[in-house]
Amino acid sequence: MVFPGFLASPFLIPVNSRSHYDVAIIGAGMSGLAAGIRLAHFGKRVCIFERHNTVGGLNSFYSLGGRKFDVGLHAMTNFVRPGVKGTPLGKLLRQLRITREEFALCEQKQSRIAFGPHGETSLRFSNDFAVLESEIARQFPKQIDGFRRLVDVVKAYDDVSLDAQPTSARTLVRQHVTDPLLEHMLFCPVMYYGSSSEHDMEFGQFVIMFKALYLEGFARPFDGVRVILRVLLEKYRAAGGERRMKCGVKHIVAREGRAAALVLDDGGEVTADHVISSIGAPETARLVQSGHRPQPAPAPGRLSFVETITILDRQPAELGWGSDTIVFFNDSAKFDYACPDGQVDPRSGVICIPNNFDYGPDRQLSEGIFRCTCLANYEQWAHLPEETYRADKHRWYAALQESARRFLPKLPTPDALTRATVTTDMFTPRTVTKFTGHLAGAIYGAAEKNRQGRTELANLYLCGTDQGFLGIVGAMLSGISMANYHILAKT
Amino acid sequence: MTKDECKKVVLDIIADIAPDEDLSNVKPDVRLRDQLQLDSMDFLDIVMELRKRYGIEVPEADYMQLASLDSSANYLTPKFNALPAKS
Repeated sequence: MVFPGFLASPFLIPVNSRSHYDVAIIGAGMSGLAAGIRLAHFGKRVCIFERHNTVGGLNSFYSLGGRKFDVGLHAMTNFVRPGVKGTPLGKLLRQLRITREEFALCEQKQSRIAFGPHGETSLRFSNDFAVLESEIARQFPKQIDGFRRLVDVVKAYDDVSLDAQPTSARTLVRQHVTDPLLEHMLFCPVMYYGSSSEHDMEFGQFVIMFKALYLEGFARPFDGVRVILRVLLEKYRAAGGERRMKCGVKHIVAREGRAAALVLDDGGEVTADHVISSIGAPETARLVQSGHRPQPAPAPGRLSFVETITILDRQPAELGWGSDTIVFFNDSAKFDYACPDGQVDPRSGVICIPNNFDYGPDRQLSEGIFRCTCLANYEQWAHLPEETYRADKHRWYAALQESARRFLPKLPTPDALTRATVTTDMFTPRTVTKFTGHLAGAIYGAAEKNRQGRTELANLYLCGTDQGFLGIVGAMLSGISMANYHILAKT
Repeated sequence: MTKDECKKVVLDIIADIAPDEDLSNVKPDVRLRDQLQLDSMDFLDIVMELRKRYGIEVPEADYMQLASLDSSANYLTPKFNALPAKS
């Protein structure tokens, strides 16, 4: 005999088609996955809704012509060696029950900050902080004491506080570093790898990035970002988390100040006690449908980027480019971190050569990879007719290569790079919005951050870039912190 | 459950949440925080694992009872012994 209630029992509903969850998470990027792992591990019934067909969001990968291309991640920041405790990487591994072996991180060789028309002033740094310190002592002898004082301030600062008051990083740094060239050089990597605001940043954000880049360091798994995503997915699945791919959230139905239901892209509707959105503050605000006028959401960020990816038929070392992992460049003494008026600002940028991580004596990436990133203006790319868009991409690809080459060792012959090139690809701010849904191609989200992740709805919280922990380790810690703070610590 | 068994339960949880810590010489009468690198996130996890694995609730006001292995055992052992016997 089958009695009616039995049919409605949760055991008979196939996985991934429940209609109620303890927690619904919007977006399967690093922060959403990390939040999901925490919640599922502690017995919450969780589902992640992802509009795209792959996970990772801003840090993902795609296949083209049989190759896998990483997007977003140049390097995982925040690297510390085993035994160094109390750092974001250690917290992340513990909270997600991930071992160091699972990520199998390989360290950078060295990176540089190169300023001047051909990088005449160059500061090397590596995962050993003493390298940067000695470079500054040598090239900016009058600044080294001030720099050390700044480092002390950075170390003492509580950067994970959820209720810190905003302060200008430029103002604070200038109290210790008085040579504008050194100031601009220190800000260049920090801003390129995480600042959502132009010209200046909030000091807490500066501290997070300063530690992540200079005091800690760069590393990556041999196979790139997909290793990290695979580990996260495995943990999430093993903990019992569900996900629905190619199924975004179309609306959040608000009733009486709460997220009452989620309307999905496929027309279905689900409910959840709590909703965590990783898609950004303005992006989330746009989903909320309520009877009354919504509270103003922060404006989308203004900072976006273009990136060229060049695949080579040989190791970059054979072109003389075997030492630098990442080069942050700027062709004058003053670094302008702002949305350019034109399509791209090629004066400054970031070069990444993924081959130049230390993968061990007998291991190297099968092909050479040369990536170059510059600031770009979303509006100047977003509305172009297809043909113009393609032509502009082509034109800027060449311009970026030319700009970046000024800061790398001279090639054996002028056409050596072209001759070694197997294939190329390029993404623009338009690509970012198309694949991630982030408004205005804003990689680092809105300028204004929301540390506590609260929204106008009592049971809807933000995690990810707009909550304000930066970098990919920061993204994951953001998901963890918001899951802990709003849900796990309260139930 | 004896107090020693209870200490073992707590140590096993710490071993799982902080596998990078050496737990071979943890002194039972010294605050865990003073001999191991454990932060508030880790203590939250100890509480949550107690609930997940054994159904034991530690209200926020009692978190300080978990400061050392001894204090944990004093606080948790009666709770373990009050659990309904498994059928």
